[in-house]
Amino acid sequence: MNLTLKIWRQKDAKAKGKFVTYKINDISPDCSFLEMLDILNEQLVEKDEEPVAFDHDCREGICGTCSLYINGRPHGPDEAVTTCQLHMRKFKDGDTIVIEPWRAKPFPVIKDLIVDRYAFDKIIQAGGYISVNTGGVPDANAIPVPKEKADLSMDAASCIGCGACVAACKNASAMLFVSAKVSQLALLPQGKTEAKRRVQKMVAKMDELGFGNCTNTYACEAECPKEISVENIARMNREFLGAKIGGNKKEK
Amino acid sequence: MTKLNSKTPEGPLAEKWRNYRSNQNLVNPANKRKLDIIVIGTGLAGAAAAASFAELGFNVKVFCIQDSPRRAHSIAAQGGINAAKNYPNDGDSIYRLFYDTIKGGDYRAREANVYRLAEVSNNIIDQCVAQGVPFAREYGGLLDNRSFGGALVSRTFYARGQTGQQLLLGAYGALSKEIEKGSVEMYTRHEMQDIVIIEDRARGIIARNIITGELERHFGHAVVLATGGYGNVFFLSTNAMNSNGSAIFRAYKKGALFGNPCFTQIHPTCIPVHGDYQSKLTLMSESLRNDGRIWVPKNKEDAEKIQKGELKPTEIAEEDRDYYLERRYPAFGNLVPRDVASRAAKERCDAGYGVGPTGLAVYLDFEDAINRLGRDAIEAKYGNLFQMYEKIVDEDPYTTPMMIYPAVHYTMGGLWVDYELQTTITGLFAAGEANFSDHGANRLGASALMQGLSDGYFVIPYTMQNYLADQIGVKRISTDHEAFEKAEKESQERIDRIMAVKGKTSVDTFHKKLGLIVWEYIGMSRNKEGLEKAIGMIREIREEFWKDVKITGDITGMNTELEKGLRVADYIDLAELMAYDALQREESCGGHFREEYQTGEGEALRNDKEFTYVSAWEYKGDGEKPELHKEDLNFEFVEVKQRSYK
Repeated sequence: MNLTLKIWRQKDAKAKGKFVTYKINDISPDCSFLEMLDILNEQLVEKDEEPVAFDHDCREGICGTCSLYINGRPHGPDEAVTTCQLHMRKFKDGDTIVIEPWRAKPFPVIKDLIVDRYAFDKIIQAGGYISVNTGGVPDANAIPVPKEKADLSMDAASCIGCGACVAACKNASAMLFVSAKVSQLALLPQGKTEAKRRVQKMVAKMDELGFGNCTNTYACEAECPKEISVENIARMNREFLGAKIGGNKKEK
Repeated sequence: MTKLNSKTPEGPLAEKWRNYRSNQNLVNPANKRKLDIIVIGTGLAGAAAAASFAELGFNVKVFCIQDSPRRAHSIAAQGGINAAKNYPNDGDSIYRLFYDTIKGGDYRAREANVYRLAEVSNNIIDQCVAQGVPFAREYGGLLDNRSFGGALVSRTFYARGQTGQQLLLGAYGALSKEIEKGSVEMYTRHEMQDIVIIEDRARGIIARNIITGELERHFGHAVVLATGGYGNVFFLSTNAMNSNGSAIFRAYKKGALFGNPCFTQIHPTCIPVHGDYQSKLTLMSESLRNDGRIWVPKNKEDAEKIQKGELKPTEIAEEDRDYYLERRYPAFGNLVPRDVASRAAKERCDAGYGVGPTGLAVYLDFEDAINRLGRDAIEAKYGNLFQMYEKIVDEDPYTTPMMIYPAVHYTMGGLWVDYELQTTITGLFAAGEANFSDHGANRLGASALMQGLSDGYFVIPYTMQNYLADQIGVKRISTDHEAFEKAEKESQERIDRIMAVKGKTSVDTFHKKLGLIVWEYIGMSRNKEGLEKAIGMIREIREEFWKDVKITGDITGMNTELEKGLRVADYIDLAELMAYDALQREESCGGHFREEYQTGEGEALRNDKEFTYVSAWEYKGDGEKPELHKEDLNFEFVEVKQRSYK
């Protein structure tokens, strides 16, 4: 396959970025999207140009490191995959492919296609866990969990924290990401103890970091490589409302 | 040899760890606040250790190369985690888990370490459930188990095909909790360049900020390396692209001995290589072998037709299929350990019975299981793996058998550590895949997660205190100290040296070339002649590399070519070390198969009389042959036997 690539190049966080056009030829349809970028980078190195910087690591769709806004869609045209699992057979010979970084205020560009997603870590740090220390916990089977609840919890827990939901959302909302963690823990008996406190702290942090609000377009669910359901957002809203009405004082 | 004191506690096997803990030194809470611990890496071992240290009250600084601690490659582990809970009532016990692990490792691991691992395995499951890890459950609400290679009981806990992800997110949650409290300082996108040693103790690190390119100095009373394995020395492996061996290799160059470098694990069920542009290999969980049957055509002509695309696997009649694992190993069948399954696949392919366009693949067939259990049941168990396969290969594994081939997956070798997980550099510890302990010459499935979390949650938080107890009087050392200055200067010189080469050949070209040599000669089977040849070829690559490598971009700012270049420079040296190790071990054991040493039936032939030891290598300077030290392994509690899965 022969392709035209329009790639966002930006030297660092402060520099002004621009699209640069590259031609690339003889790409096998069995090649993955990132392998295609590897080939481009080898060619750039050959020509003494600096290769395109992009985030990637496991290349099997689980670490959540890769990103890329491809032809206007996070993780490209295929359903339920990350960019690293996208293969060139999803494109046609002669196609022009536009490749951009995630565009969202809380995810500033670091270089080329790499953005800073530490905001997600900060939201988790605010309360996305069960506060138990190592040791002194009960036997694992002392806490039965209905299978159905455990399965729903696992569905929510499949989130890889890639940020596609934020990139897809016109408001740059992080609701799907936050609600996935809130749901995972709220569905389990172990997570109940601090459920109210957790949802309030995580939502407050999300707002503080400049993520937008949810206006129910469901673009996040449509683009999520792990098919995380927007039902989690509904569950989070219930949890949040419950925490407010429950008269729980908002904690610092 | 004084250098290799394993510090194994006295007493009967089952009491060693309890005795250790009863008698070890502890640090009082007020003093913990005065002590700093540096942890490198945020996988299972690193994140668990860092969170546990912080909970105890130590000051912790954590470094990872990724943009977030949640991305460490532990996240990609699929199948599960072993524990001796015996919930299914099928005869499991701590002793049996210990025994299976020692036997699975082909009697090349330290008994006391492995017993401790089996002992704390149950605590790990309790801990993870308390953290909200959504393990698979039965309808009664209790935890489900499945079986895994090399075991006759079902002791593997799992969270669909994403167990590593869920366990890591549990540890990441614990770490995040401590970051929020201020007890952990987190440094993402930082890569360790060197260990700083002051008066023969590890006292800090030099790290490179990947975004700015600046070198930084960080002090710690102790340093823990939890940086994973070095499988990427092969270029193609199931490791993540950024996983690397540089941190442990820098430690080796500073005097930490490197244990069993030639013990690498080739995993039998990976998606075969499909093109020379390929960047990495994808694992298909070993759990698939519970329901999938492995076969190749019985007739060579059929295999050849399949390779040419003239015949489909579904067109081959049952009687013309060779289920070679079931044939050779009737007792364990498709559930033989990884090393055995990998070699058997290679044997069939080398003999000309392989399938796929390259002839380097075998079938993993789910037809029987789908007929027996129904498609829905298979989808519920393995849905995400089947989807992953379909996306890569563009074939539907529900209707046509999967093609698999062995690939590099894990490195049993790593920094030599004693019972306390301390390396031969005082104050420098290694945890998880980064150390050599526990798995001997071959790791059983679902044991890597167990070891990472065991080291991180339940071993090092104890043993670290035993070390730090007499360090309470040591005041924080200023990073202006000359040792920091010298280490930073050395790191800078190394960077300057590679930038100054300004050659014509890209880093990846060297890496691919090296990988092919390592795969060919230090891979699934080795022999004397090949290893000697490999050493020569690796030396040539080194010479060429330092003459002709091309690093584009600048020394400041983000420069991925520079990062890769520094890592490949270490891989070249590490590959040579692996070859020395494979050469001296004149026996076959576990993942190390020397063609000269096999039984009449082609099984690995150990030489217990001469090789029941851990090889631990000491760096002697660039271009010098490293020196071999030996830690003799004494089997007091198990009888050393030929491993049989027949």
